[in-house]
Amino acid sequence: MTKRNKHTISILVENKTGVLQRVAGLFTRRDFNIDNITVGKTAEPGISRITITTYGDNRTLEQIIKQLNKLIEIIKVREMKPETTLRRQLALLKIHAPTEQDKSEIIQYTNIFRGHIIDVTPKTITIEITGNPDKINALMDLLRPYGIKETAKTGITAIGRGQKTL
Amino acid sequence: MNGSDALLNKLKENGTDTVFGYPGGVLLPLYDSIYDSDIRHILVRHEQAAAHAADGYARVSGKTGVCIATSGPGATNLVTGIATAQMDSSPVVALTGQVGTPIIGTDAFQEVDTISITMPITKANFQPRKSTDLPEIIDAAYNIAGTGRKGVVVVDLPKDVLEADVTESDMKKVLKLEGYKPTTKANIKQIKKAIKTIEESEKPVILAGGGVILSDASEELFEFAKLANIGVATSLMGKGSIPEDHELSLGLLGMHGLESTNHAVTDSDCLIAIGCRFSDRTTGKVSEFAPNATKIHIDIDPAEIGKNVPIDIPIVGDAKITLRTLLDEYKKESDNWTQKVVEKRKAYVPKMNFNTVPLKPQECIKEIMDAITEDTIVSTDVGQNQMWMAHYYKTRKPRTFISSGGLGTMGFGLPAAIGAQVAKPDENVLAICGDGGFQMVSQELATIKEYDLPVVTCVLNNRYLGMVYQWQVLYYENRVSQTKLAPTPDFVKLAESYGICGERVEKPGELRETIQNALKSREATVIDIVIDPSELLPMVPPGEKITKIVGEYKVEE
Repeated sequence: MTKRNKHTISILVENKTGVLQRVAGLFTRRDFNIDNITVGKTAEPGISRITITTYGDNRTLEQIIKQLNKLIEIIKVREMKPETTLRRQLALLKIHAPTEQDKSEIIQYTNIFRGHIIDVTPKTITIEITGNPDKINALMDLLRPYGIKETAKTGITAIGRGQKTL
Repeated sequence: MNGSDALLNKLKENGTDTVFGYPGGVLLPLYDSIYDSDIRHILVRHEQAAAHAADGYARVSGKTGVCIATSGPGATNLVTGIATAQMDSSPVVALTGQVGTPIIGTDAFQEVDTISITMPITKANFQPRKSTDLPEIIDAAYNIAGTGRKGVVVVDLPKDVLEADVTESDMKKVLKLEGYKPTTKANIKQIKKAIKTIEESEKPVILAGGGVILSDASEELFEFAKLANIGVATSLMGKGSIPEDHELSLGLLGMHGLESTNHAVTDSDCLIAIGCRFSDRTTGKVSEFAPNATKIHIDIDPAEIGKNVPIDIPIVGDAKITLRTLLDEYKKESDNWTQKVVEKRKAYVPKMNFNTVPLKPQECIKEIMDAITEDTIVSTDVGQNQMWMAHYYKTRKPRTFISSGGLGTMGFGLPAAIGAQVAKPDENVLAICGDGGFQMVSQELATIKEYDLPVVTCVLNNRYLGMVYQWQVLYYENRVSQTKLAPTPDFVKLAESYGICGERVEKPGELRETIQNALKSREATVIDIVIDPSELLPMVPPGEKITKIVGEYKVEE
């Protein structure tokens, strides 16, 4: 048995009605899993980029890429190798902080993790943090004892290191 | 011109002269244009039949078939036929009506989200939102349906798009398909690697699938088989890719395959698969499928390579072009083993001669073969009738055996025969159905009558849903649940009520004569063939290796 590894796949698509549904529907129909998905426009008009994180063995990954390539609206599909890929996620976290001491500790942690405080109320602090998912999880672990009242996370987006483009 | 006129002009530009359809509310503008058009419209009696007929038309002619249905229930009735064609890579453009763009999304009368419904069962689908985009989308639909791995393209047509103006310059626009570039020319390095492997092998076998027929590569396949002296097994869809009366044809492989074929593939040390997709019905238990063979897979769809069976030498390309290159490069003739396989195959002569009443299906197929020629087109339904035909019937030319392979759609046989007869008006066309599948689509006898199509429908009538009944007998302790179809109507009277000739045969010899007479008179005929319901097909149990056949095919002594 080959191992079920985590894979990041970047897809360039024509930005047409229903393209996200086609991609998502393909994953459902072929019994592939989507751990995480982001979509955004690129600098080129009419072209969007979808980044999907998925789990599967190498054969599944090969099938996912091949099946995606068959969709007419898909221009390019690439697996993003972990060692040469920059992966980023953004999280907005609303933390319970009723005392000055809580607030000061939370601000310190946030600074260490290079996050930003984007809102403060007498009882809460809201943090914006960007990074790879491990970094965000580490900060969340630190903040959990204070009480994370609300979490809003984007999916993971990814780009290759170096000069080469997709 | 309006959108409807533009659409019909585009159909003609793309080589279509006949469409199969059923009108409806939102299609009124289109049918108004059809009224003046020289495109032939075949009015079916249920939309599903329009899709099957377009599919049958495509399978026998190689041209893209076109079907039309209105919005809502019209479109949903097409769905089974669309999925059937798509599963067997049959080139079909399906046109569906849609409510006007201003009311899309409001749950309007007869509105359904056709694009979403057909997304997983089509190669592509489109919904033009402006009449000016319609022409380029129709061109793209034909391009996608008929190239690469062929398939179904749905174009969903909002009513206002059919009514609005289209200019001549709109007709010349071209839709850029950035992401659609099928690979047809195979990598020569891979072909040379394959040749080396085949030449070094001792027990090579070819497995030919529907892709060989779809790319019109039958001649090349036959030449290559003869040049290299390698036997050819086929999947159900590959039937007709090699003349089955030639000694190098090993016959059907898989669940209902020939025992000699299943053994040959299992024993081989080099399997050359061409245009097939290793369906579970062909491979049986995958881990024991040709376990000692180096596997070469030639297919136009890269996603099929390695999907079900691990492949050693993948070759992405069109079957015809690739086989041509193989023919040019291949030198050595394979020896002894093929001869052994061929001898075994020859020794396996299934017994088809039965002098019994009720009739045995084997006898029926023998009489069918006696009554027709190699050019006769047969269209089977699904179930025992289909597998009897697949196992016993010797197809001699490509595109003369059509059958719903992947989806296994009951009710395919008759409407597909209609499409076949429309595509090939001068050929003889036989629909081979069971009593179950025939009853799903028997209303199409009206279509046959209206267009004076001389289709001969053979109903192998055993009063059971035979295939499911058989599994109940074999695997569910004889608990026959909901598979007895009694009472069945009197099919002779049914045919007559449509103004079609109806015949009943019950004794050996009668079927041959009845078919011959029907073909000679060129009159549509329904033949009710009363057969023995206790005759079961030997089979490989699902999930077992293909050499483990339960039950025995009767062999001639």
